[in-house]
Amino acid sequence: MPNATVAGITVDRNDEGFFTDPNQWTEAMAPELARSEGIDELTDDHWRVLKFMRSEYAQKGTGPTVRVLGKTSGVSIKELYQLFPKGPAKTAAKIAGIPKPRGCI
Amino acid sequence: MSDSTKPDPITKVSIIISKGSLEGIYPGLIMANGARAEGIEANLFFTFFGLDAIHKARHDHIKLATVGNPGLHMPTMAGGLPGVSTMMTHYMNHKMEQLDIPSIPEFVEMIADTGAGMYACKASVDLFGLEKNDFIDQVQDIITVGEFYERAAGGHIIFT
Repeated sequence: MPNATVAGITVDRNDEGFFTDPNQWTEAMAPELARSEGIDELTDDHWRVLKFMRSEYAQKGTGPTVRVLGKTSGVSIKELYQLFPKGPAKTAAKIAGIPKPRGCI
Repeated sequence: MSDSTKPDPITKVSIIISKGSLEGIYPGLIMANGARAEGIEANLFFTFFGLDAIHKARHDHIKLATVGNPGLHMPTMAGGLPGVSTMMTHYMNHKMEQLDIPSIPEFVEMIADTGAGMYACKASVDLFGLEKNDFIDQVQDIITVGEFYERAAGGHIIFT
């Protein structure tokens, strides 16, 4: 997986599929990344979360945990798990092209 | 799985919370929440004094055990003095708040929102003379140990 082609562009990803260089990510890659995570269509709510992930990462150097997402993204915990059933913070980070958020809560 | 040497990932956990102290309840909650965050299916089963974590009137008053807790590194006699447990609990809650760890009532609600199952143990409920009404709405059912094993099928069981 380290080298992968997404939306026609070669990007660097780690063994788990997270981007190692978030600058390589473009919005055009998101639908394809989402499909490989089992999400067929990205809704406005999905995008709200993805953009929040990107801006948190840009500001803090790390992606938010689910708790932070639930408190500050405007999308509730319940909705987050409906949007990203395989784990909101982890899945959204993968689709948003940022490293996996680290945090126990 | 492409790499045959890599073990299969965990896909389901059932976590038993059997203690009613602050340090007895949090680890199970953190593990359940963490499991859901990884996309792992999770069930929580509250038994014996662990029931306090989902008891409407009690879950906001969970205390740290200051007696018989050598990890606190304080003399047992001091731990038993009136007010010490309350004070230490207060201190611990404050520290956790600084780290943005939710209170037990908030945490339990949050975990229910992640889609984790919450169950109370029938034997303990009967023993303490409790009923469904005593528990927060997030508790789905009061179940027997046999029913717990049925629900835990295909996953790992973690006892705390």
